[in-house]
Amino acid sequence: MNMTTSFALFLYFYLVNTGLFINNEFVAGNNTIETINPATGKVITSVQAAGSQQVNTAVEAAHKAFHGGWKTSTPRNRARLMHKLADLVERDVNDLAHLETLDNGKPLRNAQRDIIDVSNYIRYFAGFCDKLHGKVIDTQGKLSYTVHEPIGVCGAIIPWNFPIVMLIWKVAPAICTGNTIVVKTSEMTPLSALKFAALVKEAGFAPGVINIITGYGHIAGDSLARHMKCDKIAFTGSVNVGRAIMKAAAESNLKKITLELGGKSPNIIFDDVENLDEAVFWSRFGIFYNAGQMCFAGSRIYVQEGIYDEFVKKFEKLVLSGKVGCPFDKSTFQGPQISETHLNRIMSYIDIGKKEGATCHLGGKRVNNNGGYFMEPTVFTDVKPDMRIMREEIFGPVVVICKFKDTKDVIKQANDTIFGLAASVFTSNITRAVTVSNALEAGSVWVNCTSIVTENSPFGGYKQSGIGRENSEYALANYTQIKAVKINLNSKL
Amino acid sequence: MVQPDLQTVRLSNGKEITVHTHLFINNEFVPGHGPLIETINPATEEVICSVHSADEQDVNAAVNAAATCFKDTWRKVAPAEKARLINKLADLMERDRDELAILDALDNGKAFTVARDVDITDSIACYRYFAGWADKIHGKTIDTTFDKMCYTRHEALGVVGAVIPWNYPTMMAAWKFAPALAAGNCIVMKTSEITPLPAYKFAALVKEAGFPAGVVNIITGYGHTTGNYLSGHPLVSKMAFTGSTATGRKVMESSSTSNLKKLQLELGGKSAQIVCADADLDQAAEWACGGIFNNHGQSCNAGSRILVHESVHDQFLELFIKHTKAMIKIGDPFEEDTFQGPQISKAQFDKILNYIEIGKKEGAVVSYGGKRWGNKGYYIEPTVFTNCHNQMRIMREEIFGPVVAIAKFKTIEEAIDIANDSDYGLAGSVYTTNLDTAITVTNEIKTGTMWVNCFDVFDQSTPFGGYKQSGFGKELGKYSLQEYTQVKVVKILRSSKI
Repeated sequence: MNMTTSFALFLYFYLVNTGLFINNEFVAGNNTIETINPATGKVITSVQAAGSQQVNTAVEAAHKAFHGGWKTSTPRNRARLMHKLADLVERDVNDLAHLETLDNGKPLRNAQRDIIDVSNYIRYFAGFCDKLHGKVIDTQGKLSYTVHEPIGVCGAIIPWNFPIVMLIWKVAPAICTGNTIVVKTSEMTPLSALKFAALVKEAGFAPGVINIITGYGHIAGDSLARHMKCDKIAFTGSVNVGRAIMKAAAESNLKKITLELGGKSPNIIFDDVENLDEAVFWSRFGIFYNAGQMCFAGSRIYVQEGIYDEFVKKFEKLVLSGKVGCPFDKSTFQGPQISETHLNRIMSYIDIGKKEGATCHLGGKRVNNNGGYFMEPTVFTDVKPDMRIMREEIFGPVVVICKFKDTKDVIKQANDTIFGLAASVFTSNITRAVTVSNALEAGSVWVNCTSIVTENSPFGGYKQSGIGRENSEYALANYTQIKAVKINLNSKL
Repeated sequence: MVQPDLQTVRLSNGKEITVHTHLFINNEFVPGHGPLIETINPATEEVICSVHSADEQDVNAAVNAAATCFKDTWRKVAPAEKARLINKLADLMERDRDELAILDALDNGKAFTVARDVDITDSIACYRYFAGWADKIHGKTIDTTFDKMCYTRHEALGVVGAVIPWNYPTMMAAWKFAPALAAGNCIVMKTSEITPLPAYKFAALVKEAGFPAGVVNIITGYGHTTGNYLSGHPLVSKMAFTGSTATGRKVMESSSTSNLKKLQLELGGKSAQIVCADADLDQAAEWACGGIFNNHGQSCNAGSRILVHESVHDQFLELFIKHTKAMIKIGDPFEEDTFQGPQISKAQFDKILNYIEIGKKEGAVVSYGGKRWGNKGYYIEPTVFTNCHNQMRIMREEIFGPVVAIAKFKTIEEAIDIANDSDYGLAGSVYTTNLDTAITVTNEIKTGTMWVNCFDVFDQSTPFGGYKQSGFGKELGKYSLQEYTQVKVVKILRSSKI
């Protein structure tokens, strides 16, 4: 173990309370779960995990806090608390980043970027607190208006790939619109959220407004999705679990749901691309960042035949220059995958790809490093549209590259998927840029770039990639409910 | 067995009309492969005629017709042209207003005059309102960083599935068709097998107006078969459902096991009308009367609980019964002065009478009505229960008939708690002359619509939809457009060499 990792471990002992954060206190759970450092395969620590009883306690706390004062808190007060929280996140950026890297395995500088994004998200939504507008609608003989009210207790179930970013994507819009929240973090990456929880208390939020727990999806997550006092659930994760959440909502209290699910996003590069090196840079970033563990990963690259050979050559060179190694090492581009199970799953897809007849052009093997879950960035070529590695989400550093000739045909191939989360187009021609982005069935279309996700533009899926849009003003609709009020002025019967 | 599409039906006044009985798919009336279903006249308990219903093959044909039309035709039609077609449809509905009203009255049992002056009139207004939105579906440009051009598009979903109930056949269809079409979608609608006839007349007008084949498809059938096939179809991008909470759960479950289609649910209600001591009692009584007895109590937003301040309870009750007697003339739907026709079916009729028995057993007092009316047709007297409290089943469960439960309250806080003590949250009202009371109560009650000194006042431009287990999503108003569009964000990065 190197100096940086042991320093990180030293830090966390003083920084993280491993209880369930309910009502501003860290309390015991039903059982404990060990969280593993994916760079070494070793246990970092155990954390308290919630069973259905603790989920109930958390929801009741959020319910009490909502009705007890948060619902009637002034927008200015909410904004003040959120800005204070953002200040504290900025103050503790290093602690949070180290915890994130330790628990998730992402390179430290990426984790630092994530933490800065988190403080930006909080500030963006803090600015909305006092700008939640209804409408006055002109109708005869009446004063008609709408009020955009908070829903009440919101539940959030978040994944392990961007632990603290995923947390804030749910917490910030929920809180700014006046809701209280119970977040169930992934049991694989509970630590940064627990540090964040301490900041919530330090910022001065009343007990029960923000509750952060962890636990297994099928226990704590299911409990939250079914809870009769939880009025809304926001979920980010796999399509299969998304289905279970919708079913749980249907069977319990028909709570409102938003789902952020998987993807198999196409990245289309036309031969009139302005700058091939830039296209290569963005394409590599679009799949190999975060070790490929992104729902919007551009995991299918379609290159027009005229530039195919040159693209593949440049792409390969750039990929090979990226170091796979310890995430605390400044020169590392790609850290470990999240777990042994997940690494095995990715490796099995590589086997499947080979068996299906695709060419493993680059990579394809595990990397031995200190007992961690490392693998080589992997490129497949000679792929056919019906191959499983072309259709199924691998969620790892594995990309397929295809040649195409004809625009209509590549759009058809790009859209031939149950997913619809994102897509990219590289071209210098304005007509092509706009007509192709119009034709792609995806919630985010990037032109001459990939993976740019910001707090002020909407993010979400078409088709089975999900329901609802996160971030930006669009997100407010997920956390408000509309009441229409009609006051009769002069109509007598 | 295939019967011809056009059937002749005789009305109670001797007049004869012709109705369509086939499925409307791709602008053609086709018999389909499902069983023939009899539709009953609730005023006479007799069969009007049989209609063809859709089986899985037919649902598939309808969805595919819509999908093909969307891809090849409808999405390329300019918004202004879409608006023109929807307005033309409204024109034809105005031309044939009486015929549409006759079908609503015949199949549903509501008074012809009500069907004509409320249902059909409001439906026409709904189409005209949304026609105006067709060319005003705006995305945004969003300033992110200097080197990017970022904008959103609010795109149509593609194929929308809709399942509508029997209580307002033409109007429930309008609430789904109008925003769906304005937003650029193609639709497959399953009408209630209890009231299939009005929508088929509407279908003929869709074709006459000039809509391309496949934009509007109308089928009927049972919920657990036809409705189920539609909810589970992989090419349907969204289901809009109005009906019971129990079936709403099934629609949601069906989406979870099929393609996670977007959902909009408009479910049941047990809305509370709160009468304060300072209300104009005579006005409150008259509004409250319509609030429960309109449409024979068969409204999801019916004000079926009335909470009256104890100091004015007896006076209010006297006025309420006075207005009930004056307003509610029960009779044949085609008689000019009928206000209340029959309930929709034997099953509903039995259910409502059973709830009246339950109310009596629970200790509530029948202060008016409480019995069947006449001996033919599913008629029930408008029924008033007093001496109620909020734990009674008649105060908690949706009866969906002309039965109201009245309870007393001491303080406004108590009234608010009682009103909110319900799994439902669709509508509600407060009668008061005091500004503070009006604002406090409308803020505190957890429902999607709050009326002040009125009830059942609808406009095309204001949103309607429930809190809690009354559903999610909004119908009518600009808000409904977001139910029928999906957002795409496009981010264009300028090359770094510039």
